[in-house]
Amino acid sequence: MEILLSALTGLLYAGGVYLILRRSILKFIIGIIFMSNATNLLVFLSAGIVPGQPAFVDDTMKDAELMADPLPQALVLTAIVIGFGIVVFTIALKYKFFKTTSTDDQDQLTNTDA
Amino acid sequence: MFIILILYLVLAFALFLIPTKLSKFNSLLIALFHLCLFTFFMTHLPDVTAGKSIDISYQWIPQLGLNLVLKLDGLSIVFVLLITFIGFLVFIYANTYMKSYTGTTKFFFYLTLFSGAMLGLVLSADFIQLFMFWELTSVLSFLLISYFNENEQARKAAFQSLFVTGFGGLCLFVAIILIGSIVDSYSLTDWMEKAHIIKEDSRYLPALILVLIGIFTKSAQFPFHFWLLGAMQAPTPVSAFLHSATMVKAGIFLLARLYPVLGGTPEWTQIVPLFGALTMLTGSYLAITQIDIKLILAYTTISALGVLVLLLGMDTKQSVKAAMVFLFVHAFYKSALFMLAGFITKQTGTRSVDKIGGLIQSSPMSFVIAMIALFSMAGLPPMLGFIGKELIYEAKFDSPWLSTVLLIIGVTSNIFMVTIAFLFLFEVFLGKAKGGTKKPPGLYKYLLISPGILALLSLGFGLFPDLLTQLVGPALNIIRSDDVQIKLKLWHGLNQVFFLSVFTVIAGISLFIIIYRHQQIIKVWQRVNNRLFSINFTKVFSTGLDKFIAFSRKNTHLIQHGYNRYYIITIIAFTSILLVFQLYFTRGWEIESAFTLQPFYISGLVFIIMLSVLMSVLSKNSLFTIVAMAVTGYGISLIYLYYSAVDLAITQIIIETLMVVMFVLLLRRLPKFVKLSSRNTKIRDALIALGFGLIMTVLALKAIHVDFNPSISDYFVQNSALKAYGKNVVNVILVDFRALDTLGEITVLSIAALGVFTLLNVKKTKK
Repeated sequence: MEILLSALTGLLYAGGVYLILRRSILKFIIGIIFMSNATNLLVFLSAGIVPGQPAFVDDTMKDAELMADPLPQALVLTAIVIGFGIVVFTIALKYKFFKTTSTDDQDQLTNTDA
Repeated sequence: MFIILILYLVLAFALFLIPTKLSKFNSLLIALFHLCLFTFFMTHLPDVTAGKSIDISYQWIPQLGLNLVLKLDGLSIVFVLLITFIGFLVFIYANTYMKSYTGTTKFFFYLTLFSGAMLGLVLSADFIQLFMFWELTSVLSFLLISYFNENEQARKAAFQSLFVTGFGGLCLFVAIILIGSIVDSYSLTDWMEKAHIIKEDSRYLPALILVLIGIFTKSAQFPFHFWLLGAMQAPTPVSAFLHSATMVKAGIFLLARLYPVLGGTPEWTQIVPLFGALTMLTGSYLAITQIDIKLILAYTTISALGVLVLLLGMDTKQSVKAAMVFLFVHAFYKSALFMLAGFITKQTGTRSVDKIGGLIQSSPMSFVIAMIALFSMAGLPPMLGFIGKELIYEAKFDSPWLSTVLLIIGVTSNIFMVTIAFLFLFEVFLGKAKGGTKKPPGLYKYLLISPGILALLSLGFGLFPDLLTQLVGPALNIIRSDDVQIKLKLWHGLNQVFFLSVFTVIAGISLFIIIYRHQQIIKVWQRVNNRLFSINFTKVFSTGLDKFIAFSRKNTHLIQHGYNRYYIITIIAFTSILLVFQLYFTRGWEIESAFTLQPFYISGLVFIIMLSVLMSVLSKNSLFTIVAMAVTGYGISLIYLYYSAVDLAITQIIIETLMVVMFVLLLRRLPKFVKLSSRNTKIRDALIALGFGLIMTVLALKAIHVDFNPSISDYFVQNSALKAYGKNVVNVILVDFRALDTLGEITVLSIAALGVFTLLNVKKTKK
């Protein structure tokens, strides 16, 4: 399954890069979302995937080997939230940009003063 | 002595605090300060003459071997006395001269700082420190040349001088570091002790060449001489102080300072005199045909600097002695002449020789001063210039290398000097008065005080040369580091040097008579010169600079084109290449995981996500794109869920939902997708994207076998329930073990929210 998931990560990256290279700003934002998803997956995969063994502990069970690694999960969780923050801000920026310039095309952005 | 340098700084800034009413005495105050310094250093003269040197050092950054070291020895005291004395006269002069201009406080501020920097330069016995003062003088020279900054020519000339001397300064800096790396020290004493090591090192030649570039740019040697001509745009006190007596002599000082360290080698005795002789001849030859009185003086200054460099390069006792004497000769007559030129300009309102004449009628005093100074320049007895010239001839006779050639060049150059001196005297002071020169000098007569004193010195030292022996002797001992007995006298007896002098004077005067009788000759000569020396260095410099700037602009446009996607392409392509190398060299290509589709519901899910990614990328309808994006996000959250990341799954679902809602809200207000890119662009982007995706796939596969440091995870797992009383380890990490990171995350979100709020609100207020 690792191979398939890696391929998915790669595809997400490819889609992200392709969208980021588009002139439409909406697509650009979706590209960012794809790339941040891909990166999250990459970090998640790098710890090794363990099905059905979430990192829950009680006082008795202490064998870390059997459980999924909690550390990358904590990292990715932070990344998801931060990524969300970035996307929201970009969307707002995009909205404002469209209101001011009435265009969705990056190449129309030739002036600093609108 | 440190206190003196600090006093300069304090005094310079204090100028701004002096009330406007008293500010007209600014200049006299600084003049007084210079006089005090002069007296102070004079009291040290007997000690220094006795061969002692006063060293003061202060640890600055001892870890880097950087110290502040001041050294008052035979060589530096010569320069110190010159700077303080001429400084004293220049400030008196400037008091009257600058009266008619505004912003004089700034002017005196710069000039005071310059004087301090120059003093620091000649007192430095540590080369890093010397370099700093060296650069400071360049910068202050720039500021002073551009003092009339509303004049475009002045700005250009100032920039040009800064560029040339700054370039030289950088060369010097590299040279200092090179030599510093040979002896592992920047102190003068160490350099002198290990001079033989330096001379044998392979880095000697490059260091020497770089040092010489620094010196030649500062002292306006050919082919760097042109900046000094531009520098004539500065107010006359600046020309008299910086560009004849002090700053241009900084190069000479360094040449003399480094003589014991770098001098005496065949390279030295070949390169240095060559440039000196060339400069000497070019300067004096081109001076004859000039019309602008300040330019005449600038060219003769260049010639004189050439003489000094030549003498120091010749490497004989005689030549060094001649150089030291000539240093005084030149400082006395040239500063006097510059100040006189300022006086003439004030009096007549022009700098052109053609429009000036008969000044003797309105100001006989200036005629007398000019005569003494010009005779000193021409090397006529009984002026100090005569002694200087005799010594120079003597040195050239004794020169071991190319003495005939040097002698011919030297005599030619001196003949020109004699001609120029007489031309100047006759054209400006005698002959018919041209234009409004009849009126008496009035207030401007005060301008004659300083040049008068200097002219008297030229005469006085000429009649009683023994006084100079005291000063020159110790300097010689420092430079040559052996005992040189010197005796200066006016009358040398009837020897070959004397005959050569007589010949020079006769030839010079005959040349003058020919030119003066037939004024058209000089016009023809000017034309011939313009034809022959059609290379205008200033023009070459400015066009070269323009081309260079245009070239950089073109390059910058190539790289900084302003297209976001090309930047991204560059970043992605570069990252891909780096990743390929990294993966190939450190990990190899073998894939260790086995391919499997089990469990099938997950592989099915993965295929659905892949399809939706493709859908999102390729769809022409923005709603489809967003829906497909949402499917991708939810799919990923299911993958998290299956592979034991419950918290991730929950977060991903919440955030995906929020994002979809926002996109859909936004979508109503946005236009439909339009086709913006051509087919070719799309194919190119697709190739780049797929290449990057492929590399990232491989990276992901490799990453599975990279182990995070397990002890961290183990620690969290083992202590989560025990210490933090939480059963969900991921949650405990976020809110307990790494709570501060989460605080940071919340801060980021708040700032993003604030940003969004502001962005959306601005619109409302505008409407």
